[in-house]
Amino acid sequence: MAEKISTVEFKEGFRDGIPIGLGYFAVSFALGIAMKNAGLTALQGFFMSLFNLASAGEYAGTQVILSNGTYLQMAMMTLVANARYLLMSCSLSQHIHPSTSTAHRMAIGYGVTDEIFGIEINRPLYTSPFYGYGAIAASALPWCIGTSFGIMMGNILPARIVSALSVALYGMFLAIIIPPARKDMAVMAVVVAGFLSSWILEITPWFSSISSGNRIILLTVVIASIAAIAKPVKEEHA
Amino acid sequence: MKGNIWIYILVSGLVSYIIRVLPLTLIRKPITNTFIRSFLYYVPYATLAVMTFPAIMLATDNVFSGLAALLVGSVLAWKEKGLPAVASACCVTVFLLELILA
Repeated sequence: MAEKISTVEFKEGFRDGIPIGLGYFAVSFALGIAMKNAGLTALQGFFMSLFNLASAGEYAGTQVILSNGTYLQMAMMTLVANARYLLMSCSLSQHIHPSTSTAHRMAIGYGVTDEIFGIEINRPLYTSPFYGYGAIAASALPWCIGTSFGIMMGNILPARIVSALSVALYGMFLAIIIPPARKDMAVMAVVVAGFLSSWILEITPWFSSISSGNRIILLTVVIASIAAIAKPVKEEHA
Repeated sequence: MKGNIWIYILVSGLVSYIIRVLPLTLIRKPITNTFIRSFLYYVPYATLAVMTFPAIMLATDNVFSGLAALLVGSVLAWKEKGLPAVASACCVTVFLLELILA
């Protein structure tokens, strides 16, 4: 059951979390460089990453610090940049066993990131909290350390390595969305619509000024709503 | 205003955590509404697709190496090669292509 300690689940989560951790290291390294410009120390960057575990959210927050914004602005910016996690948390609530305890829910909630959520939702029902803990264990520390390294070392890591590592995350996304798209034409349509609409907004003058976090929220809500109306899922899904 | 960085960190951390934990702790039962169930089923695919493209092309130093990574990753994912294999193949593709293109 959901409550039982499972080292098997933990190990599988840890294994799947390793590529996430690699990608996180590269991304957070770049984030660290931005934080250094905002005046954060390596220790502060470490805790910023530990407490937030969110690339877009931390980047947005760093901009608030840089511009000497208010604490309220910091809260609002974090809320907007991370609003998609609210949706993901709703979605994950349907993917863990209904009897999962509050403590486990509070612990697994910490790790709702795009990538960890992606692999958690990819598990057969019900996802064990221990799978999530494994993924968090493998990826959260590289995220925090990468941030500190970015602050301390700036440009020591060769650009070519950073460039190569930076696609690890997207490779993972593909591994998550393509196989179900192959089996379900509605998912395929959602994926293609996601690619195209996101690309169109990126190159369209007015829309490209919307922050990427908000574009993700907007497109996700629109595309998932249309798909839900056009092709409602039957019992065995969701 | 010159704020204390530690307070900024605590504020953002608190907001990030609350966003993630509220739905998980408040929604205890399976949702029966078909629209909501369907919506939540499609959310991850929509989000991940939106985040992948065109971002994968912009993440690398060279647009074409990112595009190549997208193709290689898509083909391997289609063949269900698994998450670590797909992710590392994308990295290797970019690394090799940028060695050649540079």
